[in-house]
Amino acid sequence: MALTQRASGPAPGATDPARIRNFCIIAHIDHGKSTLADRMLQHTGVVEERVMRAQYLDRMDIERERGITIKSQAVRLPYLAKDGASYVLNLIDTPGHVDFTYEVSRSLAACEGAVLLVDAAQGIEAQTLANLYLALENDMVIIPVLNKIDLPAAQPEKYAAELAHVIGCEPDEVLQVSAKTGHGVEALLDAVVARVPPPVGEADAPARAMIFDSVYDTYRGVVTYVRVVDGHLSTRERIAMMSTGATHDLLEVGVISPEPTPADALGVGEVGYLITGVKDVRQSRVGDTVTTARKGAAAPLGGYRDPKPMVFSGLYPLDGSDYPELRDSLDKLKLNDAALVYEPESSAALGFGFRCGFLGLLHLEIVRERLEREFGLDLISTAPNVVYRVDMDDGSELTVTNPSEFPAGKVAAVHEPVVRATILAPSEYVGAIMELCQSRRGTLEGMDYLSEERVELRYSLPLAEIVFDFFDALKSKTRGYASLDYEPHGEQSADLVKVDILLHGDPVDAFSAVVHREKAYAYGVAMAGKLRELIPRQQFEVPIQAAIGSRVIARETIRAIRKDVLAKCYGGDISRKRKLLEKQKEGKKRMKMVGRVEVPQEAFIAALSTESTPAKPK
Amino acid sequence: MSQTGGVPSTPPAGEPVPADGSLPEGTAVGERPFSMYLHVPYCRTRCGYCDFNTYTATELGGGASQASYAAQAVAEIRFARRVLGAVDLPVRTVFVGGGTPTLLPAADLAAMLAAVREEFGLAPGAEVTTEANPDSVDPAALAALREAGFTRISFGMQSSAPHVLAVLERTHTPGRALAAVGEARAAGFAHVSLDLIYGTPGEREVDFAASLADAVGSGVDHVSAYALIVEEGTRLAARIRRGELAPPDDDVAADRYLQAEAALTAAGYDWYEVSNWARPGGACRHNLAYWHSADWWGIGPGAHSHVGGVRWWNVRHPAAYGQRLAAGASPAQAREVLSAEQRRVEDVMLRLRLADGVPRGLLRPAGRVALDDAVARGLAVPAGVDRVALTLRGRLLADAVTRDAVD
Repeated sequence: MALTQRASGPAPGATDPARIRNFCIIAHIDHGKSTLADRMLQHTGVVEERVMRAQYLDRMDIERERGITIKSQAVRLPYLAKDGASYVLNLIDTPGHVDFTYEVSRSLAACEGAVLLVDAAQGIEAQTLANLYLALENDMVIIPVLNKIDLPAAQPEKYAAELAHVIGCEPDEVLQVSAKTGHGVEALLDAVVARVPPPVGEADAPARAMIFDSVYDTYRGVVTYVRVVDGHLSTRERIAMMSTGATHDLLEVGVISPEPTPADALGVGEVGYLITGVKDVRQSRVGDTVTTARKGAAAPLGGYRDPKPMVFSGLYPLDGSDYPELRDSLDKLKLNDAALVYEPESSAALGFGFRCGFLGLLHLEIVRERLEREFGLDLISTAPNVVYRVDMDDGSELTVTNPSEFPAGKVAAVHEPVVRATILAPSEYVGAIMELCQSRRGTLEGMDYLSEERVELRYSLPLAEIVFDFFDALKSKTRGYASLDYEPHGEQSADLVKVDILLHGDPVDAFSAVVHREKAYAYGVAMAGKLRELIPRQQFEVPIQAAIGSRVIARETIRAIRKDVLAKCYGGDISRKRKLLEKQKEGKKRMKMVGRVEVPQEAFIAALSTESTPAKPK
Repeated sequence: MSQTGGVPSTPPAGEPVPADGSLPEGTAVGERPFSMYLHVPYCRTRCGYCDFNTYTATELGGGASQASYAAQAVAEIRFARRVLGAVDLPVRTVFVGGGTPTLLPAADLAAMLAAVREEFGLAPGAEVTTEANPDSVDPAALAALREAGFTRISFGMQSSAPHVLAVLERTHTPGRALAAVGEARAAGFAHVSLDLIYGTPGEREVDFAASLADAVGSGVDHVSAYALIVEEGTRLAARIRRGELAPPDDDVAADRYLQAEAALTAAGYDWYEVSNWARPGGACRHNLAYWHSADWWGIGPGAHSHVGGVRWWNVRHPAAYGQRLAAGASPAQAREVLSAEQRRVEDVMLRLRLADGVPRGLLRPAGRVALDDAVARGLAVPAGVDRVALTLRGRLLADAVTRDAVD
C-alpha cells in the first residue's frame, strides 16, 4: 500500500448501502472525463497532490497517448458530504469507445447514476448521446454537467439549453464545472450524493455480483471488477462463474482507492475487485454473474452476452520469419482481451498470418498498434471486412470471415451485419451527410433537432460500408464537425458479390473483396488502377483484372519494361555497379511472387491501406 | 565532358589503404594484362548533366592547379611503379580521360605518357587514347599528340541538334565535332571515336537520326551511344525537378537504342558492348580490358584502379591528391579486396554486357538455369564455345538478366 488514505471512510464489506453512491461519467473524448476523475480523486483525498499525475486512472500508454480509456476502472472515494455524513462514492470509469458498447452497457449496469459531462465549448457528441440513451434505458439518474466553463470559447447558456432539451430537465439544473481548475467539483460531488439513489439489494440472499471488467495483470493474473448486487463475497471463499459453472478460490477481494487495497469482503452495492489466480480473462467474462460455489444463487443477473467479433482482418508479419512471434504475441494479448479472436490462415500473396476478429475498427487498430509497439512486430493488415452469412442453393449455410473464401456461385442469399448509426452535426451539413449515407446504402431512420443549429440523424447502415473510409468521408464533408456512433443492429440480406483481383491471370487473395453488386465495378476499377501505379513494370506485360467469378469487369495493363540497363560501366563504375547489384538482389528477396509477377511488399501495404483507412468514430 | 573516364561522382565504401600504397599480401601482380588510366580533372565549364570528378578553375580553390597537374600525375606514375615492384608490366593500353584532357597543353599529356613509358614501358602495338573536347583541339595540338604516341582519340560529340546541346549545356557547335574528326584523321589518327547521348529532354527521333548520320558520315571507326543519365546534384536534375524539363523516358530511350543499333549496323559498325559499336579493328581495347577484369592503375584524383582482385580509388579533390603525393604517400582513399565470389559476380556482370557473351563456366547452377530461361524468352542466345550472349532485346534488359545470372 503505497499511499496513506487521508479520508478512510467506512470499511469495505461493512458499508451501509444507504451510504453508497455508484456512478459513472458519460463523456466524449476530450470533453474532460479523465481530468474530472483526477480532480475527484484529489478532492476526496484519495490521491495526494504531489503524486497526482495527469489522467491517473488511465494506465495503459496507448490510453494516455490517445487520451481515451480502453479499460474501465472503478475507484472508491470516501466523501464527507455537506450533510455531515460519510459516504462511499464508487466512480466507475466507462470505456469511451464505440467498439465497446457492450462493455459500456455493463459498466452502466453497475451504477445507479451517471454524470453526463459535456464540453461547454462544443456541446454533446454522438457517442455521448448513444451512451446517454443506454443510461436512460437502464433507468439511471442523469446529472448533466458542462465542463471547461473557464474556456473563453465556452457557451454555457447555449449548451445548457441543449442538454436540458436532450434529457428533459431545466437548463438551471445543469451544473457548471471546470475540471481543470476544480471549480464546481465539490458541488458536483454533493449532487451525486443528493441525486443518485443508493444501491438496493438483499444482504442475506445468495451472493450475486456482476463482472463489469476484467484485466490481466502480469503479477496477479486476472483482476476481475465486480459490482455486488446481493449477499457478499469474502476472501478465501470458493466462487462460481454462472455462465460456465467454473469455480475458483477467491484469493483476494478489495477495492481500488486508488491503488488496490485488500479487504475482507464486499457487500451489497459495493464495487471492488476479485483475484482468483486465473491467467486468462476469458475465465472472467464481462457481464457474467459471480456467485458462491456453495449455496450459490439460482439465477444469474441477466444481460450477459458473449463478445462477438464484428470486423475481421488478416494480420501478417512483414517478415515471414516473424510468424511464431506474431502467434506468441497474439496469445499474450488474448489474456487481456476477451473479445480478440484469431485463427491461423495463409495467403498466397502474404504468406502465413492470422485472420483476426475484432469488436470494431478501433479495437482492430488498438490490437494492431499494441502488436507493433509492445511486441515490436511489423505487420501488414488486410482491408477490414465484416462477417457474412451465406445461404447456399443446396440449403447449407456458410459463415465467411475472409472475402477470398466467399463462394463464387450457387449462392441463394447473403446476409450482412447492419449497424444503427447516430450522427450529430451542425444542421447546415444535413444534405451532405444524407448524400454520404445514401451512397453507403444507408436508410434514414429518424432525424431530430437538438437545437436550432444541431441535428441528430439516425441511420441504418451495412457495417461493411463503414469499415472502409466512412468516418473520414463524414469528417471531410462536415469540416470535422460531425460525430458518429454506431451499434450492431442485426443483419440484412443484400446483393453482394466477391470481386477478385487477378495479376497476370492469378488471383491475389489479399485483394479480394465482398462488395455490393452496384459497387463492384467501381471497386474493380479503383483497385486495378491503384495496382497499376504500385507494381513495377516486369519483363512481360502484366494484365490486372477485376473479376466477379469468371466475368472480368475491369482491366488495366502494366506494360512490359523495355529498358533495364545502365548505359555505362567503365573502370570506376564497377564497384558501384556490383554493390547496386547486390542491393537489388536483396530487394528481390523482399518481393512477393504472385505467379511470375514480382510485387514489392510496399505495393501490398499501399494497396491495402489507402482505401481502407479504418474509420475512427469519435 | 568525359563519358568513358573512370571517375563517377560517388565513391564506394571501402577499407583504408596503407600510406605506402602497398597491396595486400598475396595480391597477384602481373598475371593479367596491364593498362593505365590517366585522369585529368579539369574542365573549362561544367556541363549541366555531368557529375564526374572534374573541376573548373573557379571550383578548384587553392592548393591545386592545372599547370602543376602533369607533374603530380607523373609523381603517381612513379609511385605506382614502386608499389608494383620490379614485375615486368608492359602497358597494353593507356587511356587519358577526364574532365577535359585536352584542356592541358599537348606537351603535358605527352609528359605523362612519357612517364608511363619510362616506368613501365608500352607493349608493342599499345593503344593510347585520349578523350577530347571538340572545342579544345586544333590541328597543331592533334599533331603534337600524335607525335607523342597517341594512337586513338575520342570526341564528345553528344548530338548534332543545337537545342539538344543547349539542354546538355555543351559549348561546341554541332559542326565542330565533325570538323575535329577531320582534323584528327588529317593528323594521322587511324582510330577516332565519337560519343553520342540520346534521350535528352527535347530530343526528337529525327534529331538522333541526324546525329547518327553525322557520326557515321564522319568516317570514325567507333561510336559510343549512351542513354542520358540524370545524376543527382547536377543542374540537369534540378531543372527536371523544377519541372523545366521533362524527365527522360525509358521507353523513348529503348526506341533510341534500337534506332542506334539499326543505323550503326547498316553503316558497318557492330556492337561489341552494350553502349559501344565499332568497325572491324576499331573496338577500344582499353575499355575491353576493364570488361575482361584486366589489371590497371588509375592515375589522378578520384581515379579507380584494379590489380589482382584489389580495387581502390584515389581521394577526389586535386588539392588533397597533390598533398598526399607531395608527402610521398598513397593518394588512395580506400580499397576493397574482392572475394572469389565477388570477382565471379563482377565477371558475369561485365561479360554479359559484351557481344562475346559470358562463359558458362562462370555461372553457378542457378545462374545457368536463369540464362537458359533468358534464352527461352529470347533475351539471350548461345554464342561461341559454351558462352551465352544477349540478344538485342536482352541488351536493353541486361541488368535484369544479370540479376538472375549471378545467382
